[in-house]
Amino acid sequence: MFDNEKAERDAGVTETKISAKGVQVFYADNHAIKDVDVDIGDKTVTAFIGPSGCGKSTFLRCLNRMNDTIDVARIEGQILLDGEDIYDRRVDPVQLRAKVGMVFQKPNPFPKSIYDNVAYGPRIHGLAKSKADLDEIVEKSLRRGAIWDEVKDRLQSPGTGLSGGQQQRLCIARAIATQPEVLLMDEPCSALDPIATDQIENLIHELRQSYSVIIVTHSMQQAARVSQKTAYFHLGNMVEFGDTSDIFTNPIDPRTESYISGRIG
Amino acid sequence: MTTVLFAFVLLAAVASFVLARQRAVSVVGGEVSALHSRPSFHGLYSGLWVLMAGIGAVILLTIVPNFFIDRALMGQIAAALPDDPRIAHQLVLSDAKALASGEIASKTDDLRLEIAAKYSSSAGLWNWVRVIMVVGGAVLAAFMTLGAISPDRRARNRSETIIRFILAGMATIAILTTVGIVMSLIFETLNFFNKIDWQLQKFLFGTTWSPLSGVHEGKLDADKVGAIPLFAGTLMITMIAMLVAVPVGLFAAIFLSDFASRRVRSVVKPMLEILAGIPTVVYGFFAAITVAPFLRGSGEAIGLTVASESALVAGIVMGIMIIPFISSLSDDVINSVPQSLRDGAYGLGATKAETMRQVVLPAALPGIVSAALLGFSRAVGETMIVVMAAGQGANLTANPFEAVTTVTVQIVMLITGDTEAETAAGPAFTLGFTLFCVTLLMNFAAQRLVRRYRELYD
Repeated sequence: MFDNEKAERDAGVTETKISAKGVQVFYADNHAIKDVDVDIGDKTVTAFIGPSGCGKSTFLRCLNRMNDTIDVARIEGQILLDGEDIYDRRVDPVQLRAKVGMVFQKPNPFPKSIYDNVAYGPRIHGLAKSKADLDEIVEKSLRRGAIWDEVKDRLQSPGTGLSGGQQQRLCIARAIATQPEVLLMDEPCSALDPIATDQIENLIHELRQSYSVIIVTHSMQQAARVSQKTAYFHLGNMVEFGDTSDIFTNPIDPRTESYISGRIG
Repeated sequence: MTTVLFAFVLLAAVASFVLARQRAVSVVGGEVSALHSRPSFHGLYSGLWVLMAGIGAVILLTIVPNFFIDRALMGQIAAALPDDPRIAHQLVLSDAKALASGEIASKTDDLRLEIAAKYSSSAGLWNWVRVIMVVGGAVLAAFMTLGAISPDRRARNRSETIIRFILAGMATIAILTTVGIVMSLIFETLNFFNKIDWQLQKFLFGTTWSPLSGVHEGKLDADKVGAIPLFAGTLMITMIAMLVAVPVGLFAAIFLSDFASRRVRSVVKPMLEILAGIPTVVYGFFAAITVAPFLRGSGEAIGLTVASESALVAGIVMGIMIIPFISSLSDDVINSVPQSLRDGAYGLGATKAETMRQVVLPAALPGIVSAALLGFSRAVGETMIVVMAAGQGANLTANPFEAVTTVTVQIVMLITGDTEAETAAGPAFTLGFTLFCVTLLMNFAAQRLVRRYRELYD
């Protein structure tokens, strides 16, 4: 009688991790994000879907202030992480990004060894007290990244020498190693084959136990498979946000419906 | 006369271009699409042939007859003056040519007048032959190509072939010139080693450089051609220059590529590039007139003896000269490190400085090293600054406040000095060859590094 999944979902809704209110983003004169309000739950996978150029990646990059690195980007509105405004002047974007990790569309391992790639975050944030500590963090991260068995014998060889799918899992392991609270994934499987995609989707299921995961994806099947919540973006507006099962079976907005049924996008 | 002929050939080529184009159109009655090649290709083909025939004839008929006329006249002069040396015969011939064209000769006598008369008659004859051949060749080429125009004629393919040969010819000229220079370097170097009885070790490891003081019956004193003071001086000045240029250039590049705002960058980058546009001779007298007295003064103030010409002055100014070189190359390399790597580091919570030091710089390192190597080879070959600011005496010292001399300075002294060219050429060419080898090696190493770097990110 007790619906486990339902309980989990409810728990996710009640504990809000990130709360965005009236977020606007401008790239020079281009109004890229228009008045987005959303509450993202803890220990939940939230998917952002929508046609290319709809602003889903831009919004994702607001959540760890990666847009700060672009000169012409300007952000208005409020984004709260655990109730604190991340755009407050007292917040250091560097510390914020340690809490809100990010995985990118294209695998981007550093031109260093596999070990050093994963150890990079813990090193700059001083997370390891000793060499043994660091070794343990690296091994744990690589295991959680589902790549440990493939690389355990060549931790000192360059990370750029791995295959595309392995590189992406390495980058996920690297992001996990800093022990973030939120993990942002910007189309993490777009450069991967179905097998590697499957591995990464399993990994996302795994990560949900401890993190809030937000994934931008072009594949609606992927959104349906991995997420509990889905937001549909269209031309810079967030058109609809709700339980994934509702969005895919019973969308309210006609734009969502035509995108999901394949009429646009 | 030659200029007039060239002008005629050019006009003929243009005319045949226009005519061939019109003819191509009229051959198909205005239906241009029926032609295999567009009308302008027919024009181009015709024009190219006229140009080649005309210019070929001008060049051939200017060089060859002159050669034969000179040989015949020299024969006659030699028969008339059997006892005089060859150089006297040449003097008679040039006097006769001057007389023939109504200019002033060193001497006028019967022989010279006779030769002059013969020269003007045969030169006049050849001149007419030349005019007729050039005009005839050009006109013939024009008529042949014009007559052959038909709808099926592949004028485009044919002109492309001709143009490809012309391009290949130009490339060959460039390569042959390089080969020629290198060959002459090698030849003169061997000649020089022969003069010191193949005691190579005395040149490479000897410590006394005074090559012209030991000249004796075409041989050089092997004990006086030790180039170590030159190599040491070059190396010391280059090192000082790199100590100035690499840190300043690299940090400037880091600042410009990742830390400067767009507005600062748009001002500072062109300013740095102005530095690269200053002629080295200006750097030279800047070093000698401004920097040297300043350094000597400040040295005195703290109790150091700084010579008015010193390795330090030349090295510092040379370093300033190389800064834009290193900064703009490093800037390009740092900018070409993919943004995704920077994003990856920022995404992990790295600061800008950490990202630069631990991610961007290691990725850009091969390119930066190759920029430094290219800067090094420029410094080794730099001449003007060291001529004015480093000194001339071959002085073997490790003290940067003393005057030293470099390989390039000694080449300048040997070639511009009043020693006869034959004696001075040997040491100068050998030094030049050594320099060439070092620079070549450096550039080669730099290129390999850059190539390896490119393989990583494309």
